Amino acid sequence: MMDFWILLTGSLAAVSCAVLGCFLILRRMALIGDAISHSVLPGIVIAYMFSGSRDSILMLIAAAFMGLLCVFLIQWFNQRGIQSDASIGVIFTSLFAIGVVLISLNARQVDLDLDCVLYGEIAYAAWNTLEIGGVGIGPRSVWLLGGALTLILAVIGLFYKQFKLCAFDPLLAAALGIPAALFHYLLMGLVSVTTVSSFESVGAILVVGLLVIPPSTAYLLTDRLGRMIAISAACGVLSTFLGFLLAVWLDASIAGCIVAAAAALFAAAFVLSPKHGLMAGRLRRRRRSLEGAA
Amino acid sequence: MNAYEEAAADRDIQDAGKPKRIVLEVAGLSTAYRNRSVLREVTFAVPEGELVAIVGPNGAGKSTLIKSILGLTPTLGGEAKAFGETIDAARKRIGYVPQRESVDWDFPTHALDVVMMGRYGRLGWFRRPGRKERAVALECLRGVGMEAFAERQISELSGGQQQRVFLARALAQDADLYFMDEPFAGVDAATEKAIVELLRKLRADGKTVIVVHHDLATVPEYFDSVLLLNVTVQAFGPTAKAFTEENLHRTYGGRIGFAGAGAAAAASGRQDDPAPRQDAVHTFQGGGRL
Repeated sequence: MMDFWILLTGSLAAVSCAVLGCFLILRRMALIGDAISHSVLPGIVIAYMFSGSRDSILMLIAAAFMGLLCVFLIQWFNQRGIQSDASIGVIFTSLFAIGVVLISLNARQVDLDLDCVLYGEIAYAAWNTLEIGGVGIGPRSVWLLGGALTLILAVIGLFYKQFKLCAFDPLLAAALGIPAALFHYLLMGLVSVTTVSSFESVGAILVVGLLVIPPSTAYLLTDRLGRMIAISAACGVLSTFLGFLLAVWLDASIAGCIVAAAAALFAAAFVLSPKHGLMAGRLRRRRRSLEGAA
Repeated sequence: MNAYEEAAADRDIQDAGKPKRIVLEVAGLSTAYRNRSVLREVTFAVPEGELVAIVGPNGAGKSTLIKSILGLTPTLGGEAKAFGETIDAARKRIGYVPQRESVDWDFPTHALDVVMMGRYGRLGWFRRPGRKERAVALECLRGVGMEAFAERQISELSGGQQQRVFLARALAQDADLYFMDEPFAGVDAATEKAIVELLRKLRADGKTVIVVHHDLATVPEYFDSVLLLNVTVQAFGPTAKAFTEENLHRTYGGRIGFAGAGAAAAASGRQDDPAPRQDAVHTFQGGGRL
């Protein structure tokens, strides 16, 4: 049963990240995902200090707020002449550092383990069950991640055309009167929520792997956005299962193995993809040179 | 009465007293980028059914002018009105073709899907594109001779084909006033011809098209009016009156030699094949409509 909950927790986190990640990488914003995943930390700690619990809605809201603040600050500095990559680096490391300082300052009162925040503890997450009227209804993290995934699918499903156009051609989107800024911050808010609901399972550092690697794999395997999202989600789930098996076999970190498995799938796609892969490219070149010779 | 109004009045007489409605009014539009003035007090008005070229040297603010009119970039002052309304109120009647380079052509989508995006503004917040949008988009692709490429991944299209997909998308917007940012940039001869035919067809249907254009040699042949821009409006009016050597000199400044417009064409960025351009430029004095 334990294994089931771990796999379900991991899969829910992976699918949430994989769906949002598609829009991030298509907008060339993979690093923004990284920045958000780190900068939600002070939000988590501050909410924890106020509520004394790591299950509160307050924590989600505070983290989402910090994520949006991070995105806003990055843009603010960028518009004032700071290079965008420097701006990203300055903002997210600063916010993350504030989070680390807050954790270490409150280490005695606050039962928030820095290792757990950084690297995640999916097994612990699965142990921490929710009870209603004395009856266990599964781990809290499953409910949290399930809620986040439902929210993401609902919002993306409802506004699919807007997200797609804002990713492909933001100028036309604005010219058509689509509020591009609103959808930008909506996407960033969703990334923040996903990050904070996944951090217990995979940690703040590896969550960016789930945000970026499965969509990058899917990008190599299709040339339709809808299919890319589906393949990305499938890669996320497959990575979770492969990673879990690997972790059990090696007796190693589950989160680390999940992301390593995602990376292995990416490498396979990079070599074998029928359109963009190394093999296909080599075959094409050979065929062309043969045609040239003939 | 400026040169433009005079000419418009002349034409009105020719058109047997059918005064043309003004569809776009821009008044005192100014923008800046980091304390540098990009556009200063740009004022002009375009009557219905005209093909208008915006020309000027690199950095003259041509794309910025279109973006400021459409509200895509912040302005310092001034205003733009289309059909007597604010731009926001008129968006459904305005079509826009951004520069081809402004988007990522490796985006996972196909030509027909891109064209359908032109319909998004009419679908409102929640409706999804359906069979009707698909049919309209296919019809628009046919209008630019691209129906055979409907299902083609956009990265597999040539530059000219990509530009035609963008134009088809603008057609799908079914607007009355179009803004096109460098549609002729880097396209093959066949596409250039297709675009010119499309512009003429739009004009025949009473549409107004404002085009950022870089090839001075073809201005008199393709466009009814021309706006010479270099931060401020240097000249504006019917091509025959405004597209003069003197005005080009003022617009392109030191970059234009005594050779006149031919050199201006070279200065505008396209160095290839100067000979036919010289000929074409000389014809502009004859000026006039297509």
